[in-house]
Amino acid sequence: MSLKSTLCAATALSLIAASGAFADSHSATITIATVNNGDMIRMQGYTDTFTEATGIAVEWVTLEENVLRQRVTTDITTKGGAFDIMTIGMYETPIWGANGWLVPLDDLSAEYDVDDILPAMRGGLSHEGTLYAAPFYGESSMVMYRTDLMEAAGMEMPTAPTWQQIRDAAAAMDDPENDINGVCLRGKAGWGEGGAFITVTGNSFGARWFDEDWNAQFDQPEWAEALNFYVNLMNDYGPEGYATNGFNENLSLFNQGKCGMWIDATVAASFVTGDDSTVADSVGFALAPNNEGVEKRANWLWAWALAIPAGTQQEAAAKKFIEWATGTGYIELVAANEGWANVPPGARTSLYETPEYQAVPFAQMTLDSINAADPTNPTVDPVPYVGIQFVAIPEFAGMATEVSQEFSAAYAGQQTIEEALAKAQAITNETMEAAGYR
Amino acid sequence: MARNVTTRRKIITTAAAWTIGLIIFFPIFWTILTSFKTEAQAINDPPLFFNFDWTLENYAIVQERSDYMKFLWNSVILAGGSTLLGILIAVPAAWSMAFVPSVRTKDILLWMLSTKMLPAVGVLYPISLIFVQFNLLDTRIGLMVVLMLINLPIIVWMLYTYFREIPGEILEAARMDGATLKEEILYVLTPMAIPGIASTLLLNFILAWNEAFWTLNLTAANAAPLTAFIASYSSPEGLFFAKLSAASTMAIAPILILGWFSQKQLVRGLTFGAVK
Repeated sequence: MSLKSTLCAATALSLIAASGAFADSHSATITIATVNNGDMIRMQGYTDTFTEATGIAVEWVTLEENVLRQRVTTDITTKGGAFDIMTIGMYETPIWGANGWLVPLDDLSAEYDVDDILPAMRGGLSHEGTLYAAPFYGESSMVMYRTDLMEAAGMEMPTAPTWQQIRDAAAAMDDPENDINGVCLRGKAGWGEGGAFITVTGNSFGARWFDEDWNAQFDQPEWAEALNFYVNLMNDYGPEGYATNGFNENLSLFNQGKCGMWIDATVAASFVTGDDSTVADSVGFALAPNNEGVEKRANWLWAWALAIPAGTQQEAAAKKFIEWATGTGYIELVAANEGWANVPPGARTSLYETPEYQAVPFAQMTLDSINAADPTNPTVDPVPYVGIQFVAIPEFAGMATEVSQEFSAAYAGQQTIEEALAKAQAITNETMEAAGYR
Repeated sequence: MARNVTTRRKIITTAAAWTIGLIIFFPIFWTILTSFKTEAQAINDPPLFFNFDWTLENYAIVQERSDYMKFLWNSVILAGGSTLLGILIAVPAAWSMAFVPSVRTKDILLWMLSTKMLPAVGVLYPISLIFVQFNLLDTRIGLMVVLMLINLPIIVWMLYTYFREIPGEILEAARMDGATLKEEILYVLTPMAIPGIASTLLLNFILAWNEAFWTLNLTAANAAPLTAFIASYSSPEGLFFAKLSAASTMAIAPILILGWFSQKQLVRGLTFGAVK
């Protein structure tokens, strides 16, 4: 065969193969963009049950959280229509709902029982009282600690500890000779990583991102107090290189028995008590701490929720799926097949009234932590924004990532806390000015 | 004049080359090794080298959860299709630049290369909007064109370098024998440049295979290649390192094998024109 005909044949072949994509479309197929986490992957395994019951086929697009965020944001702002359901969080939902980018979920069926959704979750996923995304699972943050180490130190963890009590416990459990750090906390740059943790820590010291006129507040003493406390605690009793530790790094340390305490997402409770943990039998739970005399605790609120982008051709089918995936029937389906400890937590009140679920060791503390979080009133002093570990404005993600990079540089000893706070103040005020808030 | 190369110098250079090679290969080696561990072993501190119970569990889970063949097929089509399209356009372009250069040829070549210096995200919205307008989102044909455009400057540059090595007199002789322009390119120039075209094809196939910005941002369920397959196993909340490593190993295996068998052509392609 001559070179010319080889080239022609190869091009024709690739074009034919490429055009195959057009032939795949099916009228009763919905495409769902989602994150890669245990609960979402489990749900994918039950898709056939949904398809058998409704005749609606489901195509999954699973992506890493940050990739997903970029992908769905591009799709919704360009009206791409690639997805019929998007998995989004509490940060995006009120902003996108306000922009009219999402289908309101105000006509869900009576059997779905929308009033059963935990009030904190419903509030965080609504805009002006209208629900725009249904929570698949929700989380707050709490203290996870080693009961055996506490017992050996002759101490007891209060149900609602203060930061000073956390420091005392860390000092008691810290054992460098046996490679045990008193406490492991996030320090990694990124608005959803260390940025989230230091924001809630700030809340628990009475700090806030903005005053009511959108002026940055990093020059206030509460922020300096919070940051100094955190850095001293971690320098004294934290793991080496904590400035680059995020959720996964701390989970890995805790599961190997190298942390006395870890304050992080409630969803981690099932990991640290699961098969991959070497300390599964000796983990206790407590509410996230506060500074003595400050009413706000260092716990956040987050939900992964299912939303329908406006303009989808499959709105009815998408609603059916959302009712199935976030309803009580799905929880019962998972419980029957895989046990109550594996059901998606933090979304529905009725789950916490189920006696079998109440027997799960971390269930009550998860609920208490979620209930202790108030996204509409997150700080001691009033603020003009909604959100606890984030500020629900479009500018926040970029700005908070920059701020957390400055903080991480301070954790790593590359600059002082004062320098980091001064830079945070400047970054935040400049961004808000450019965006027209100030 | 030839230099005297002492045995000692040879040993040092060889050792240095091996060290650099091993350092570069280590992350791939570690990925492959991790894919045979359990999730707990994958994060063990100190890291486990060979003293663990090898398991194929991760591969089984990945196979069960994802349609690997669909992603693989998309990767083959996208990488192959975009490279072929690129060659079809680049051969005439490189011919004109190599054999009938104008005063602006050098500027055009540099300008073409400058498009590679633009961060991809800078044109994410314009390209996305064009894709939405022309119904190209999540189609292989649309992505193939984008990948071709991204790699076109490199293809043109590589072919231009090869064509410059071919004496223009041979093409002139063909012309004097009555060959048309098409015949001159197809039957005289192309066969002489086959080694160069082959290494260009190979290198651009690899570049298109590894492209992980547009292939993630312009696809959903239908046209997603192996880059999306890998992205579905990464997570900032939850430990999936072993499964992620298994997915990565499956994604890079075909291109590693291709690279292994074609390394001679690849090295030649990359070093061609370096010694003049």
